[in-house]
Amino acid sequence: MGPFQRLGRSALGVLERLGRGHLFLLRTLLAMGTLVRRPGLLLREIYSVGVLSLLIIAVSGLFVGMVLGYQGYITLVDFGAAEALGTVVALSLVRELGPVVTALLFAGRAGSALTAEIGLMKATEQLSSMEMMAVDPYKRVIAPRFLAGVISLPLLAAIFSAVGVAGGYFIGVGVLGVDAGAYWSQMQASVDFHEDVMNGVIKSMVFGVVAAWIAVFEGYDATPTSEGVSRATTRTVVHTALAILALDFILTGLMFGDI
Amino acid sequence: MTTRRIEITVGIFVALGLAALFMLAVQVSNLGEYRGGDGYEVHAYFNNIGGLKVRAPVTMAGVRVGRVSAITYDAERFQARVSFTISARYDQLPTDTQASIYTAGLLGEQYIALEPGGEDEVLRDGDVILFTQSALVLEELIGRVLVNLTGN
Repeated sequence: MGPFQRLGRSALGVLERLGRGHLFLLRTLLAMGTLVRRPGLLLREIYSVGVLSLLIIAVSGLFVGMVLGYQGYITLVDFGAAEALGTVVALSLVRELGPVVTALLFAGRAGSALTAEIGLMKATEQLSSMEMMAVDPYKRVIAPRFLAGVISLPLLAAIFSAVGVAGGYFIGVGVLGVDAGAYWSQMQASVDFHEDVMNGVIKSMVFGVVAAWIAVFEGYDATPTSEGVSRATTRTVVHTALAILALDFILTGLMFGDI
Repeated sequence: MTTRRIEITVGIFVALGLAALFMLAVQVSNLGEYRGGDGYEVHAYFNNIGGLKVRAPVTMAGVRVGRVSAITYDAERFQARVSFTISARYDQLPTDTQASIYTAGLLGEQYIALEPGGEDEVLRDGDVILFTQSALVLEELIGRVLVNLTGN
């Protein structure tokens, strides 16, 4: 096999997987109607995807906010602008760190679990047996998990940002002695609800779709062996992280680039 | 894990998420305070607006009373036309109010400060403020000082 054939084969392989991924997304979206009749399926998945991620998100948000409080203070105090700490903490969290870090943690905590679960279902032929019983696995397994991810991520990102702002307050006001009134008023003066908060929410919605899509697709598309499932799980985390960071760059350019 | 407990924890989770969003809206962003729309708009012409930006604050005795809503260049007057919305609560501004562009702190953002005049008539929607003072451009100032120093 010559080098060109090898290159062509791998390029075609990538395209084929991309196509399968999009057909998969289409079928998942079409299967979404069942969830209206059976919301219990969705609730169970929101529990395992969202509620169980709550602790890691809240703790990380707290620490990220506290680090921002320290670092922002160290930089700002040189310019005599320590009062602007609230602005620095809130803008970095709401615009960037909230959606992005939440999505990365989500990929590690929930995405990998989704992939492993669906991959194992496939490897142990649970998906095939569902099909034999005329149960559509898209409706019963894939769609609830996908939608649970899409719903959970924006909520988690909002919690992350809110806890982070509180963490920044704790360090800035409680430890470093920034004025409490200035912390909040400077923040409110420069954070715009539509420009900053809503754009952050839109970002986390996009990330939710991407992270959940990659996680369920990798699981469904995994080679049905132990090795295949482990590879699919790794791929979920890696691909989600890359997709999130690249998408974040594009979204930031679109939302904030024209200032 | 019973269905009941799952439902309760999911309910708490969703409520927490919405509460966080609500906190971001009210406590962190400017949604809680004054927003444009429920006020009246007045205009002012400046020779030089320096670094004034749309949405910059308009203050009266240091208190924010409105925001800059638009900045355009008037080709006939060769001046910058600045429109700002003032909250409807502050509708007692005399017609000879003066508008000046100042800088908050040494490196801070620029804002418009209003100083009331003595007329009995008050500003209405669409009125033009006649007395204005342009932004202080640092280079211009340094240039003038240098001319004064070397002139002697």
